[in-house]
Amino acid sequence: MTTTAGAAGTGLPEVERIPPRSTRYVRDERDPNAFLVQRSVFVDEDVLAREREAIFNRCWVYVGHGSEIPEPNDFVSRTVVGRPVLFTRDKDGEVRVWYNACTHRGAEVCRERRGNARRFRCFYHSWSFSTDGRLVAMPDEDAYPEGFSKEAHRLRGPARVESYRGFYFMNVRADAEPLEDYLAGTKYYLDLTADQSAAGMVVTPGSHEYSIKANWKLLVENSFDGYHAIPVHKTYLDVQRSRGDQIAGSTDSDWKRSYAYDLGNGHAVTVKEAPWGRPIARWKPSMGEDTREIVEDSYRRLVAAHGTRRADEIAGLDFNMHVFPNLSINNIMAVIIRTYHPVTPGLMHVNAWSLAPAEESPAARRVRNESFLSFLGPAGLATPDDNEALESCHRGYASDPGGGWSDVSRGMDLDEPRNWDELQMRTFWRRWSDLVEGPGGGNGGEH
Amino acid sequence: MAATRAEIEDFLYHEADLLDEWRLEEWRDLFTDDGRYYVPATDNPEGDPDLDLALISDTKEGVRGRVQRLLSTWAHIENPRSLTRRVIGNVRVEPGPGENEVVARCNAIVYRSRVAGTTTYAARLTYRLRPGEDGALRIVLKQTVLDHATLRDSGGVLSIII
Ligand code: FES
Ligand SMILES: [Fe+2]
Repeated sequence: MTTTAGAAGTGLPEVERIPPRSTRYVRDERDPNAFLVQRSVFVDEDVLAREREAIFNRCWVYVGHGSEIPEPNDFVSRTVVGRPVLFTRDKDGEVRVWYNACTHRGAEVCRERRGNARRFRCFYHSWSFSTDGRLVAMPDEDAYPEGFSKEAHRLRGPARVESYRGFYFMNVRADAEPLEDYLAGTKYYLDLTADQSAAGMVVTPGSHEYSIKANWKLLVENSFDGYHAIPVHKTYLDVQRSRGDQIAGSTDSDWKRSYAYDLGNGHAVTVKEAPWGRPIARWKPSMGEDTREIVEDSYRRLVAAHGTRRADEIAGLDFNMHVFPNLSINNIMAVIIRTYHPVTPGLMHVNAWSLAPAEESPAARRVRNESFLSFLGPAGLATPDDNEALESCHRGYASDPGGGWSDVSRGMDLDEPRNWDELQMRTFWRRWSDLVEGPGGGNGGEH
Repeated sequence: MAATRAEIEDFLYHEADLLDEWRLEEWRDLFTDDGRYYVPATDNPEGDPDLDLALISDTKEGVRGRVQRLLSTWAHIENPRSLTRRVIGNVRVEPGPGENEVVARCNAIVYRSRVAGTTTYAARLTYRLRPGEDGALRIVLKQTVLDHATLRDSGGVLSIII
């Protein structure tokens, strides 16, 4: 199995490849090697305000998957980094994102979570908007002054909406680089995800909407933190072992072919072959003997569509990918799309969805759901303990307000860091610092 | 012979005690071998238990694993475990789909406290119950529909059994 990925394979460790750079918040040091993050980045209001400007109002931010709104006039309403938006397909089939605020006085034009509607009628004064954003009806229109223009009162929205393989993103800046450039090396992994289905991957009905009383960046780190897997998820691994899976309980024997890659623009991925089953094509005893045929069928379908080599890559490669700034797509015991949205420095809202091949049989979908829920979700056997870890970190920060540094140095001097090292997190933090503190960062760190 | 409402209430109160007292193995053993424990996603309460993404969709084996985990000191979010107290009410009983089965419906308010904070869950519970070989009632299906639009204001997660 080979992987082509961003800055991978340079053969040099980060400490030789990347110049040292110390800023107020991030210290990337040599002699001795160290990588430290100042903990005030997790608790300061000012930092979050800066992030809203420098990160969320600048980067491409994930909104939704095209399969959530398959038909003309389908819509989903959700909040994306604090902005209530409508993710909709207009009557001509084009995907649109509108700010969910009436151009009259600002009330939400839609308060349903999802549905199909030709019009969004604001309940406050009854202005109505079409799914392509036009103000199409208003009571007492002739009472408005001369020069009033309905055209000037179209719904507002982010400057740009673009997609890649069914994943839709928005950007509030008109001069943003094209999404495909922004996504850089992540496209390889988005392809691996999308190629699991000939008919198209679909978000299944039912989503996980929960919260964590911790800073959003802690979930960036946690979503691809291989180091925590054994101590935090021992109960999950023990349960899988009790169902017949081979699990030794140590990272380097359970996680095979494990690496971490910088994918450019702050994105990063960890790849490996993990000890759990994958409904797409890696059967394990814990899935139940009666499911074996279903999973092997799925593998044959992949081989028929892509040939053995590509099928093995799709079927066998587990990966946890972070798309900067707040999207994780993990191909693990199922495919999870997860976004996390700061509400305050110490509170994030999390949305998560399961992505599945459209042509999957009901029996295969059941295998997938069991596999997903065995680990993932706010009532899974693993995710709640991640939340507790993050909340515990956040509580810990209060012990030394404004002080304290988190250590993110694991594996920084290795030629080929593994998924249980921390290259992926350093990739995030370097980009974060560039955006929040400015390129060069002012070199303001005092030692 | 169908169970009376008083018998069903006794059963539900007993189950509530097992859960509040963290006697989870005894709770697990209330399920029949084909038993299911199902909690739909908060945005999809009428969803399909097999085809849609739920919060919990446990077979008996799933329940066994969940209990094994919760009794471990490595279930970090429940170590130390939450204090819980639940009130069951509005019990109604009707004949069930299978032979000897009854369907019981009730409401549950569950109060959950940890050092980090206290939350309350509200839920509508639907059971299919049938007597086991010893005559005692067993759970064929326990379906918990949360009265929460999202989990965001309810402690964020669902790490206890409701
Ligand atoms: S061991 Fe990692 S936070 Fe303590
Ligand atoms: Fe985790």
